[in-house]
Amino acid sequence: MNKTLNKLLKKVIVILVGLIYLVPFYILINVAFKPTTDTSSYWMLPKQLYLENFMNAWVNAKLGRAFKNNILITVIVVVIVILVGSFAAYPLARCKTKINNFVYTLSISCLIVPPLTILVPLYKLIVNTTGTSTYPGIVLPHVAFQLPITIFLYTGFISSISRELDEAALIDGSSRFGIFFRIIMPLLKPITSSVIIMVGVSIWNDYTFSVFFLQKPTMYTLTVSLSQFFSQYSNNLSWVAAGCMLSAIPMAILYFSLQKHFVKGLSAGAVKG
Amino acid sequence: MFQVIHSKIAKIADSPSALNILYIPALLMFAIFIFLPFFQGIVISFMEWDGYSANQIWVGINKYINVFTDSNFYTAVKNTFIYGVGSTLFQNVFGLMFALLLDRNTTGEKVVRTLVYLPAIISGLIMGYIWYFFFSYDGGAINDILALFGKEQIDWLASGSRSVWIITGVNTFQYLGISMIMYLAGLQNISRDYYEAADIDGASYLSKFSNITIPLLMPAITVSVVTNLIGGLKLFDVIAALTGGGPGYESASISTMIYQMYFVRQDAGYAAAQGNIMFIIIAVISIWALKFLRSKEVEI
Repeated sequence: MNKTLNKLLKKVIVILVGLIYLVPFYILINVAFKPTTDTSSYWMLPKQLYLENFMNAWVNAKLGRAFKNNILITVIVVVIVILVGSFAAYPLARCKTKINNFVYTLSISCLIVPPLTILVPLYKLIVNTTGTSTYPGIVLPHVAFQLPITIFLYTGFISSISRELDEAALIDGSSRFGIFFRIIMPLLKPITSSVIIMVGVSIWNDYTFSVFFLQKPTMYTLTVSLSQFFSQYSNNLSWVAAGCMLSAIPMAILYFSLQKHFVKGLSAGAVKG
Repeated sequence: MFQVIHSKIAKIADSPSALNILYIPALLMFAIFIFLPFFQGIVISFMEWDGYSANQIWVGINKYINVFTDSNFYTAVKNTFIYGVGSTLFQNVFGLMFALLLDRNTTGEKVVRTLVYLPAIISGLIMGYIWYFFFSYDGGAINDILALFGKEQIDWLASGSRSVWIITGVNTFQYLGISMIMYLAGLQNISRDYYEAADIDGASYLSKFSNITIPLLMPAITVSVVTNLIGGLKLFDVIAALTGGGPGYESASISTMIYQMYFVRQDAGYAAAQGNIMFIIIAVISIWALKFLRSKEVEI
């Protein structure tokens, strides 16, 4: 008797948690589909699906251009981070000399440097070299700040691959670099998918670096476009809601269709802490 | 002779340490974009500088004195602690509760897990705007509920102290799912045998929880707490979306204040000094937390 009651109570709590997590999206959808003239409560469903908000948001927030910038920046950063990160991890995982241990510690310690603490000199550096509102000017700082976690993940993963594989190849006359490119790299697929998701999501959603380094409207990413749009139309929340929805939908679709990979990727840092 | 040199080069190229050139690109990236700015930041913090002109005047520790005599800075430090420690506490307590609640693989629990995890893949800025629909004064979803009960409307975000807790709540809501997943993975690693042995001894649920679950979850707790701490202490986008640090500096974190000082007030020296202080605060707290939690981990 007590057990069934417990089970029922647990089920009720599970449903409640699910509902709590649905509420913000329910409100977002309600606001996004109501015309601005509709002053009914956000809790009430829209009487009809009013699609003009989406048109207005797409045009006024220039979301098309922002999507293009987001895709370009995210893809470039992810590719560079994977290459540079996996290269660095191989010697750090395989020859644990004193110097290499120091290099590894140095790389990992970058994890605790918040970008804002070095904002002033970093901004100056970007202005003086690549210039703001350029692709290198946003990509390079992103790469530097994504590398520590990437090196951490790849080093952990390569350490778990048997050394005998390397030794056998060495005896077969393979060069050490050949071993890395021909034998180790193909084995890195599972961890690479985690890196793609972890780095990809954080670059796609980034606001901090984007708002510092992208000041020309033509270079705006989704978050910067939305924040500009919000300050311009803060009295027209239906448009803002539609803009938020449009910006969030692609990532949400990816998440729902590749859920297992997302969960694994975003918590990858937890394995072998 | 030539052959000897050639074979020497071949030997060096094939020694294990030759592989070290593979980490040179990564080291260069760190050197240029993290270490160099870090040291330049120390120099700039001793300067009077507007951030763009060629006029840099050495002012010694003046900027630090300015920072430490600025009451806004203390507000920002206090808020940063609430964002960091507050969200860490909530995320881990609720994250663990949710993990214990949702650790079966029934369809219902899977769906709810997916939902709890969903906010983590959405930008903090967008999440901030979504919650703005709840807390805005005019027609906000929360005020609608208050009106339903005949209560007076509240301008939630007009008060700094209220905003600080709202922002902490939004940050918790957003990233709780990541803590939950870490704990779910940790729970799966705990062998059922321990619980069965405890059942035979007639242990209560609470005693099993504190003597088996918590000690064996310590590695997961360490990682989750430390990542949440670093994330919360450097929080920027949610604050930018909901209050921009306002009113005044009442809901500012050190991050948003640095941004204001540099881009709006154009006091680069002040911003750099604050950046250095923030770095020390974050480094000390996260390293201390890491060491403390590691020492509590048990070897099996």
